[in-house]
Amino acid sequence: MSKENGIKGGLKQVLGGDLRQFVMVGAVIVALIIFQILNNGRMITSSNFQNIISGNAYVFTLSIGMVMVIILGQIDLSVGSVAGFVGMTVAITASEYGWPWWVATLGGLGIGALIGAWQGFWLSKMGIPGFISTLAGMMIFRGGVIWMSHSISRPAPEELSWFGAGSLPEWGPNTGLNNSTLLLGVIAIAAVVFMQLRKWKRLATAESKPPLWPVIVRLVVIVGVIGYLTYLFGSGNIGTSFPVPGLIVGFLVVIYHIITQHTRFGRHIYAVGGNKAAAALTGVNVSRTYFLAMFNMSILAAVAGIMFIGRSTAAGPSDGNSWELDAIAAVFIGGAAVSGGIGTVVATIVGGLFMAVLNNGLMLYGVSADQTQVIKGLVLLAAVAVDVLNKQQGRPSIFSRLSRKKAAPAEIPQEQIATESAA
Amino acid sequence: MEQDSILQMQHITKTFPGVRALDDVTMTVKRGDIHAICGENGAGKSTLMKVLSGVHPFGSYEGRILYQGEEVTFANIRASEEAGIVIIHQELALIPELSITENIFLGNEPMKGGLIDWHTARKRAIELLARVGIDIDPSIQIKNLGVGQQQLVEISKALSKDVKLLILDEPTSALNESDSENLLEILRGLQARGITCIMISHKLAEIAKIADAITVIRDGKTVESYPVVAGQVDEDRIIRAMVGRSLDQRYPEHTSNIGEVVLEVHDWRVEHPAIPGRLVCKDESFYVRAGEIVGFAGLMGAGRTELARSLFGHSYGIFQSGRLSIGGKDVKAQNVEAAIQAGLSYLPEDRKVLGLNLLDTVKRTIVSANEKAILRGPLLDSAKEVQVAEQYRKLLNIKTPDVGVGVNTLSGGNQQKVVLAKWMYPDPQVLLLDEPTRGIDVGAKYEIYKLIQQLADEGKAVVVISSELPELLGITDRIYTICEGRITGEMATKDADQETLMRLMTTTEAMA
Repeated sequence: MSKENGIKGGLKQVLGGDLRQFVMVGAVIVALIIFQILNNGRMITSSNFQNIISGNAYVFTLSIGMVMVIILGQIDLSVGSVAGFVGMTVAITASEYGWPWWVATLGGLGIGALIGAWQGFWLSKMGIPGFISTLAGMMIFRGGVIWMSHSISRPAPEELSWFGAGSLPEWGPNTGLNNSTLLLGVIAIAAVVFMQLRKWKRLATAESKPPLWPVIVRLVVIVGVIGYLTYLFGSGNIGTSFPVPGLIVGFLVVIYHIITQHTRFGRHIYAVGGNKAAAALTGVNVSRTYFLAMFNMSILAAVAGIMFIGRSTAAGPSDGNSWELDAIAAVFIGGAAVSGGIGTVVATIVGGLFMAVLNNGLMLYGVSADQTQVIKGLVLLAAVAVDVLNKQQGRPSIFSRLSRKKAAPAEIPQEQIATESAA
Repeated sequence: MEQDSILQMQHITKTFPGVRALDDVTMTVKRGDIHAICGENGAGKSTLMKVLSGVHPFGSYEGRILYQGEEVTFANIRASEEAGIVIIHQELALIPELSITENIFLGNEPMKGGLIDWHTARKRAIELLARVGIDIDPSIQIKNLGVGQQQLVEISKALSKDVKLLILDEPTSALNESDSENLLEILRGLQARGITCIMISHKLAEIAKIADAITVIRDGKTVESYPVVAGQVDEDRIIRAMVGRSLDQRYPEHTSNIGEVVLEVHDWRVEHPAIPGRLVCKDESFYVRAGEIVGFAGLMGAGRTELARSLFGHSYGIFQSGRLSIGGKDVKAQNVEAAIQAGLSYLPEDRKVLGLNLLDTVKRTIVSANEKAILRGPLLDSAKEVQVAEQYRKLLNIKTPDVGVGVNTLSGGNQQKVVLAKWMYPDPQVLLLDEPTRGIDVGAKYEIYKLIQQLADEGKAVVVISSELPELLGITDRIYTICEGRITGEMATKDADQETLMRLMTTTEAMA
């Protein structure tokens, strides 16, 4: 199959099957370089990178839940309101009722779970489309925040700022870098090398062994990028490191990547989103799958809300406004399909990163928030349009259609005839 | 006699890429007749009507259509409707949320001063409804009408277009006895007003009652076309003509090794999911033994699929009563997961709509009905998944370079093998295979027949539901016939022939 010659073929082999993901990563890198030039070197710096990550961790968290909901063919418009509601609850219970910060936080997560059960109930038991039930949720919880807070901001427990914007500790010998960040980098590199080699080993069968060199080239590139990022995040001001919220997001990405790709629940999300009727006839509990996805989404919204008030040290009545749109944009830039069945957690995070870099770069360049909004809208449209065009070009060419027809002559027409009598 | 024909279709040939759906079909319909067209599912009846009504536009077929003595070249349905040819499809094309009046005049609204003249529309709707013998308020929404009345609204709609030639595709397939009777009465009334009807029907009794002429189509060719006297129709002659193709060696040789009863169903009763009171399975009982391949013969809508899906974890209709046992043990599976657990597998008739997630890969599809088997702790073991998929790829000879590719890249036959593999992997005791060879080419069919026989040889009880009688006669050991939710007959395949089966499939009286 992969006997392609020349640079193009080689490149394909190096990138592996997931071409799209690498293109996306490439786009992020290109955007970074462009902004680096436009902003006279203020883009790719330790503090700015730390800023991008901790400033967008809440969007990444939301988009992880959102991609699962969208793969199911649903949507959750309430996540911003839910995040704001939970954040405010935590702040109020801590500052006014004097709950310890961790009790307030657990309480917030509990409320997230309750809200998730509520949203899940309307979709899975009552059959109300997510668009409507979560539109209602968006209003209910936004109203709830304002009602509960009397439109006044509350201070967030100080301990939460570590989760929202904290840094990892310094320890050990003086390496010139933050040693916690260095350790993370080493772990990440080891994990990537292990995974890639294991994948390569599995592909090797008795008859054929895929060449090793593309794997090596790929590894060199990935290790280079991770190494550079480690250096960048680790070499900031003393006391700064790869941000804690980034670590939380990284942890969530790994967990949810495993859930979506390697558990029955994950398979069922794709199955229901791809063909609900077929999934039901395969023994998938469609209503439970709907419930769990919505349930999970609200819990992640609660996590996002808590991370956010930690970073901003206060909960405000308008926290979470239009966050759902940022999360949804990240999902679609990451290549998910509105009709469901397609999308991955990792691609969504890359999509979210792209938006975050764009936002940050434009801000540094001095573009106002309103203009940034216009540009982000256009970029979303362009990204999805490129995707659509790519898929059309991916259709079999005339030549391959002709040759396929020869292989299986009576296929298509018989189906056409069959429709005449289909009851 | 030639001059009083309203329609002559001459040497119509229609090919879809690779297949001849219609092969030199010629028929003449006389003005004022009720002309019946008979044929098996897929014989080409509906294609012929689509050619006539412009769904397949002029130029996409060969041959000539003479209508009222002139050659016509319809480019679309609108053109044929303007000429007075109206087709009423099997699935009604009414919009449930709109009123009767709105439906009758949809796309053809009476206008006054640039606006729709609802007053006139309503008045005319009442007149039209009176012509088909119903007296109801035309502002009622379609969704509140029964199927019988909906059918009549469709006819009113046709009448509103000044129809001269009315084509009805299986008009009574969804109707009960008295509604059918009523409809036939109305067709006679239309006939008296000089409207010519072409009726496609599977129900020979109805044809016998009202047809003035009969055309039988088989494999895209006209077999016979002759005038009859209503009430004196030779049903046997029609059946012979419908099924008269010879059985060639399209079925692998096989000797069954039949054992104990595995699947037993008693007094199974299921109600239609949407129409209260209508039963899709009427207290039926049957059994299948180990190693036995049992065929379910019935026409579309007879209740075969409904029965099978109802057995499969009540996945269709509203279960009312009945007993199901597998290997002597009562099974009370109320959902698909439990049914799979109990040893049932159901391969759905429509591969693309019900059988597959076309966005998924081959390997994921193959394990999808039995993911528990590849669990390692809470995680799915992807190495085992590949191993299982490879095993079935070899066993079923699925033509794909790699089990990691999407199922949408495979041909229909190979997709069907993937679905079959999916249902073999749970290692069921009973396989319900619904139209297992529909829409796939002859070579792939042969392979699937062999697989079915192989499954039976492993001691499984296999049910094959099929619209193709030769197929059932070719691969089964025993056949049940089904008509309108009833099992109307049971016979050993060696004693069965197509004529007998077709008769049982079109009768509602159960054999003793």
